[in-house]
Amino acid sequence: MHFVVCIKQVPDTADVKIDPKTNTLIREGVASIINPFDRYAIEEAVRLKEKLGGKVTALTMGPPQAEMALREAIAMGVDQGILVSDRAFAGSDTWATSYTLSMALKKIGDYSVILCGKQASDGDTAQVGPGIAAHLDLPQITYVRKIEGIDAHHIVAERLLEEGYESVWSPLPCLLTVVKEINEPRLPSLKGKMASKKAQIPLWKAADLNAEREKLGLDGSPTKVVRIFNPPARQGGQIFKGEPEEIVPQVVAKLRDAVIAAAV
Amino acid sequence: MEQQPICVLADKCVGCGLCLKVCPFGALELKDKLAVIDLNKCTLCGACEQACKKFQAIVIRKAEAPQDDLSGYRDVWVFAEQTEGHIQSIAYELLGEGRKLAGDLKMRLCAVVLGHKIPGLAQTLIQRGADRVLVVDEPELAYFQDESYAGVLIDMVRKHKPAIMLCGATTVGRSLVSRVAVAVKAGLTADCTGLAIDPESQLLLQTRPAFGGNIMATIVTPNHRPQMATVRHKVMKESTLDASRTGETWVEKVASEVLKSRTRRVNFVAEAETTMNIAEANIIVSGGRGLQAPENFSLVRELAEVLGAGVGASRAAVDAGWIPYSHQVGQTGKTVCPKIYIACGISGQIQHLAGMSSSDVIVAINKDPDAPIFKVATCGIVGDLFAVLPLLTREFKKVLKQ
Repeated sequence: MHFVVCIKQVPDTADVKIDPKTNTLIREGVASIINPFDRYAIEEAVRLKEKLGGKVTALTMGPPQAEMALREAIAMGVDQGILVSDRAFAGSDTWATSYTLSMALKKIGDYSVILCGKQASDGDTAQVGPGIAAHLDLPQITYVRKIEGIDAHHIVAERLLEEGYESVWSPLPCLLTVVKEINEPRLPSLKGKMASKKAQIPLWKAADLNAEREKLGLDGSPTKVVRIFNPPARQGGQIFKGEPEEIVPQVVAKLRDAVIAAAV
Repeated sequence: MEQQPICVLADKCVGCGLCLKVCPFGALELKDKLAVIDLNKCTLCGACEQACKKFQAIVIRKAEAPQDDLSGYRDVWVFAEQTEGHIQSIAYELLGEGRKLAGDLKMRLCAVVLGHKIPGLAQTLIQRGADRVLVVDEPELAYFQDESYAGVLIDMVRKHKPAIMLCGATTVGRSLVSRVAVAVKAGLTADCTGLAIDPESQLLLQTRPAFGGNIMATIVTPNHRPQMATVRHKVMKESTLDASRTGETWVEKVASEVLKSRTRRVNFVAEAETTMNIAEANIIVSGGRGLQAPENFSLVRELAEVLGAGVGASRAAVDAGWIPYSHQVGQTGKTVCPKIYIACGISGQIQHLAGMSSSDVIVAINKDPDAPIFKVATCGIVGDLFAVLPLLTREFKKVLKQ
């Protein structure tokens, strides 16, 4: 069986700080990491291979440096990485991104299960996974917290809902998006790190995908950003220090009206 | 040679460096007093183009899309999510916002509801502000499945051509409309915190946070319809119920292929523990590492009970196994927007703030005066939560009894 994980390299939000003078993001020295949710997808794919046999491919669309994310995935046990990168993809919104990835998946062809993280920590849209499923006309199971059963043709997965969870049956091939509850991602092994250093990572450009030009990049994106601005800085409020018996009544007095209104 | 999507006009650039300061992606640098763009980092967001108003030295190539005739697209739609015959409150918030947008555009507000055995819901939706309700009532829609629900919505969109479609950013909404947007080639913006109609272009201005809320972006869909957006709980104001309101109800039929779903539910388990979805709570009391042990969550729960609040948690508390993941607030947990968020023993790392920083009032209790949470707290209490929490519970109990 062939498991394909779609991953994204994102800035490490832990490093992202706001310059207090200008209220803008300080981007120097911000590390790039694999999107946190994607680690769970990678781990699950590797576990599926360990259980059922087959291979795992990690696929990413990004600038050349995204290759590092693929190497990290290989260090976790993924067999092969594929980098989809081209200036033509610049400015892609989620429609164009899911189209581009779906064309790469068509080129791969023999996937049994496509795994994605629930959402990326920079865009936070959670749209690309289901978008790929739509472009490829595949069934999807989102917010998967556990794979209950799987064989060459079917899968049953537990899906997280707001009010509980449901078990969903699907034929294969299908697309899954996963949440944190599904597993604990492993640390790269020594063997994995060596494989990641030696790995040959093919680069696929727009022409390699037989993609329609007008569906790529800025031109292929129905949405356009018209403005970027800093959110109004939250005003630091009032700080209370002292003996709890003294300050708590002061706090309660200050919050009284808000609490009464909200507790309704 | 292909034209670059963005370039710096060397004869206009004076090397002032203003563009460097505003770029959220670090894609600009100065070389020999000229701005240089790293195309590998640039996302064409346009912040630099805007910043360079004085010299107009940065040009972004505008997409050359054919200008389709979009005048045939009319009305503001709201997907009214329902579970087992209960309309989710997010639908009323969308109707509240949709009413304003429809008014600005002089269009009708239409609610779309899918399910099985749901005759009474249209009436409620009309009383909550819909001018028209589209109902699709079929056994195949008894519970939510991505393909059948998406199939029906795609069919409805193609048939009726709405100008705008709003949906809740819920578990159902997010996976459903992503599929619909791809199929009909619509622009979809997730988790909008602001919606408005641009008076000149009549386009829907969709504002949302990115980078965990560190920057805000305003997005439009100029050439595709419908303009789709999802909105989280508690961001917009609910429409009020007016029992005297009247409107039209259209019960739509669809072809059987549209209702097909390759997936099917084989089991459903209601979560025994939580009675409340914290994303819908008006007040949330959250516990973090500062609680030191799982049994101390009782202090959080006691305060939550007095306030009728939901119970949240930081990632540290969830990872330590003190409370289930469904309570986790933050970047890899839930994003919430309650009126009041009380953070107990939570330091306020950026990933946690990403999940709650748009709360109206933030109260923080932490014994570390340098904890980052105090920078965003409306009301910061530097103290021992083991002493403070029981006192807060006692005092709020008195206040709410009155």
